[in-house]
Amino acid sequence: MIKHFINLEWKQYFRSSYWQKSLGLNILLVFFALYFIVIFLGLGFGLLPILKKLFPEQDPFVVANGFLFFWIMVDLMMRFFLQKLPVMSVKPLLTLPIKRSTVVNYVLGKSALSFFNFLPLFAIIPFSIMLIADGYAASQILTWMFTMIIIVLIINFFNFIIEAFSAEKELSFLPLIVVVGTLYGLDYFNVLPIKSAIGDALLAISNNPILVLIPLGVLALCYWYNFKLLRDKLFLDSSLKSKVTEVKAADLSWTRHFGDIAPFMQLDLKLIWRNKRTKSSVFIMVIGLVYGLFFYPQPMYRDMVWLFPFIGIFVTGIFLINFGQFIPAWDSGYYKMLMSQNIKYEQYLRSKFVLMILSVGIMFVLSIPYVYFGWKILIAHFAAAIYNIGVNSHVILFGGSFNRKKIDLNQRAAFNYQGTGAVQWIIGLPLMLLPMGIFAIINWLFGFETGIAVLILMGIAGIVLHKKLMKLITKRYLDSKYKMIDAFSQDS
Amino acid sequence: MIHTKDLSKSYNGTTVLNVEELSIPKGQSFGLVGNNGAGKTTYFSLLLDLIKPSTGNITSNSIVVDESEDWKPFTSSFIDESFLIGYLTPEEYFYFIGDLRGQNKADVDALTSKFEDFFNGEIIGKKKYLRDLSKGNQKKAGIVAALIGNPEVIILDEPFANLDPTTQIRLKQILKDLAEKQGVTILVSSHDLMHVTDVCERIVVLEKGNVIKDLETNPATLKELEAHFASSTMANQEEE
Repeated sequence: MIKHFINLEWKQYFRSSYWQKSLGLNILLVFFALYFIVIFLGLGFGLLPILKKLFPEQDPFVVANGFLFFWIMVDLMMRFFLQKLPVMSVKPLLTLPIKRSTVVNYVLGKSALSFFNFLPLFAIIPFSIMLIADGYAASQILTWMFTMIIIVLIINFFNFIIEAFSAEKELSFLPLIVVVGTLYGLDYFNVLPIKSAIGDALLAISNNPILVLIPLGVLALCYWYNFKLLRDKLFLDSSLKSKVTEVKAADLSWTRHFGDIAPFMQLDLKLIWRNKRTKSSVFIMVIGLVYGLFFYPQPMYRDMVWLFPFIGIFVTGIFLINFGQFIPAWDSGYYKMLMSQNIKYEQYLRSKFVLMILSVGIMFVLSIPYVYFGWKILIAHFAAAIYNIGVNSHVILFGGSFNRKKIDLNQRAAFNYQGTGAVQWIIGLPLMLLPMGIFAIINWLFGFETGIAVLILMGIAGIVLHKKLMKLITKRYLDSKYKMIDAFSQDS
Repeated sequence: MIHTKDLSKSYNGTTVLNVEELSIPKGQSFGLVGNNGAGKTTYFSLLLDLIKPSTGNITSNSIVVDESEDWKPFTSSFIDESFLIGYLTPEEYFYFIGDLRGQNKADVDALTSKFEDFFNGEIIGKKKYLRDLSKGNQKKAGIVAALIGNPEVIILDEPFANLDPTTQIRLKQILKDLAEKQGVTILVSSHDLMHVTDVCERIVVLEKGNVIKDLETNPATLKELEAHFASSTMANQEEE
């Protein structure tokens, strides 16, 4: 049976059009994975000397165990957002003569082989080696290492329990925040010293290997609970069926002010608000807004004037970039219908354009408090906003006509590369680096005011030429109409 | 109304559709039947300018569909579920289509209220997104949306599939009325020979992209079609 499962898994992976089409993306993901592996390896080998230097009078092994609590919390949070139990893929198996428990064991067993479980090994094993090399008793450290691996697996399964509960709630983050918050709170207010308790427990286990049975028991318990949860859910009508949500309609009649593009604007606003993937771009807007706070409070960056427009473009244009890069792929699910309907392409594009410009305006207003860090920043942001409106909005619309990848709106957004192609990477360059480069050079040659003036002038030129540019862009979309319809009707 | 001339479509050298000449007069209810891969959906896609013809063209109301977009105001269609916008409710979807076709909410409400029977209370006012409806109800919503805005040409691909028997009978009545009373040109494709013979005045049989039969519907048509498709299975068996 397992042989069949592995065979299926293999085919699912290598025959997915995802793998075949976007080699570049896979290379990038591998690169990310390698990056994290290197970091963890560095941590594993470097931790012992670092601890010795920072806490010279304490036993580094004890100190490391004391920090485990935080590591567990962070790991839990990371997994919650990034790791999912792959339940959907077993749907076709349900009608076949396979025992339900076999399917459940398979799904759970598969999750144990996740990258998230291997990654910590790259830190745990080198750290153990270093400790043994440093003169710690091998038996003690090996027990510790074994316990750590069990803990990683406990986190793995515990996360799925949290997710099972969060799936039923409207506010899906709530269970996680409750769990992490309670644990942290108990420790922080010294109600229950979990931090030191975990540290002590690990020390106790490593000194007394028989105690390893306790974490093993916890692991078995977590597994058993997951098993129970999954087995009860593994029916076509409960968890595998997508959820039905009730509609909460908002009043969008204010969009009538925009005349003939109103229907499309209403559609776009509903698109953003009612789909998982697009909803996240609203949250990303918040991240974009505070992006400047990473730079401006530090005196080191305060003098790097050439950086201001770059941050300005990012802060005021975060929505433009995030939403705009997938035009018209957002509508890929019903693109055929749009193309056979009684619409003007130009209206459709203009609605997207107006939406992006509005976002730039709103983001600029919201970013005005940055003036606290200096008036130059405000001016740079203003110039960046004008540049976004005049130049970037057109560039990104134009780039959209090269989009050939369908987007499934119901997929969650974090680490979702669906719809991403080379276009997105290439278009990013002129969007952010070009204005920064232009400004940096002029700022260096002629000074701040001239640099700002050039950016603003470029933006205004774009606004003046708006009608002409839109005509060009519309033509480009019309020319690639058949190709887009064909590409969007293929499942990725 | 719709005139097809020397139309062909091929992918990588394989011809999937080849129609020398086909004229559909105004107000005709026209049925397209054929086995899987016969080219029915391809023909409809060409008619809606969703794919580019390899040779020839289709004119609708003397407008060449792949050259001008002026056929769009009087043509409406429902090909498959990808014509629906999943994150809208049926009402919102109807209003959206209405907006595109110059109909205000009152117009759309007036039209949809005529289909209360057809909807069977499962579409309007349910506060559900289209993506959460069952396949059959999605189809109902899509078909009614195609009737918004007084189109002169209505194209429906497999409208009877996935519908329950009651709805099938109602839909047949709706389509007949449209063609007879309002002079709408209706193009329908189906695998179900009985439904097509019930609804359509004229039936064209496609096989491997070619028109092989062009029949005026009369009481004997169903028998003739059944005989044709039964014999083609026999012919296939003999070939094998």
